[in-house]
Amino acid sequence: MRDTPVYVFLVLALVAVASAVGVVAFKSPVRSALSLVLTFFTLALLYFNLGAQLLGISQIMVYAGAIMVLFLFVVMMLRLSGGDRVAEKTDKRLYVAIPLAIALTAVVLIKFVQPLFYMPVTKVGDDYGRPSEIGPALFTTYVWPFEIASVLLLIGVVGSIMLAKRKF
Amino acid sequence: MVSILLAQADTNPVREFLSGRYQWDHGHYLFMYLALGLVLFMIGAVGVVVRRNPVVVFMCIELMLNAVNLTFLAFARYQPDHWVDVLGMYTQTDAAMTGQMMVIFVMAVAAAEVAVGLGIIMAIFRMRNEVDVDDMSTLKD
Repeated sequence: MRDTPVYVFLVLALVAVASAVGVVAFKSPVRSALSLVLTFFTLALLYFNLGAQLLGISQIMVYAGAIMVLFLFVVMMLRLSGGDRVAEKTDKRLYVAIPLAIALTAVVLIKFVQPLFYMPVTKVGDDYGRPSEIGPALFTTYVWPFEIASVLLLIGVVGSIMLAKRKF
Repeated sequence: MVSILLAQADTNPVREFLSGRYQWDHGHYLFMYLALGLVLFMIGAVGVVVRRNPVVVFMCIELMLNAVNLTFLAFARYQPDHWVDVLGMYTQTDAAMTGQMMVIFVMAVAAAEVAVGLGIIMAIFRMRNEVDVDDMSTLKD
């Protein structure tokens, strides 16, 4: 299969970065959550662009569906959206964090990522992300991590119910 | 003048980049995906440091996890050739499957983490009737 045109990636990357900045910059947590939904959708499209179909679909279902609904429910129950219960003040941390983050990004980009630009790279075939490829691998080679993940999710369910029902 | 500019348009590197005639190497794609993952991770890290609302801090953590997922998938799709020595008996298809499995398990861990973490935030809110990351210093006192 041909590579998708590069401007598809550039547009998706621009939307992803802009909405990620929106997550941090919006004062209202509801706006941050909706901006994060846009980021997750864009990342799902990038997964499709990388040929990982099953993970793109599960990204939309798990993140943009389930996790963001959970976030919005908590925002609704905390009554944080309207008032000024959490006053976001711009203090000195902002002036330290942003230059440090830009400097660290530049260092990692130049020292570690940039050598990959001219490196000979092999592109794996298109069918590596199909459900018919992932399913057998998940239940044969990776069956123990799969079971451990299911136990972890069970512990998460039990723990969150414990936290919710506890009397303080 | 315009005709000269149009004639030179074929050699304009930006136009050549965008038109698809430029020979895009796979390493270029790998570089771009990794750069995007790095930028998203850094935005999430800045958000964790700067914001004071714990729900938004959790959102920024999710953003960082997703940036790492993107990096995993980029390396699953585009594998540098000299990694064949590192792979040993495994093929590149096996390595791509490993990257995808990592993404699946990161998603599972993120789901469990969000459920427990938001439960903790709700418990703190019921206990103290306010959630501000800077004021949560009960363990310090």
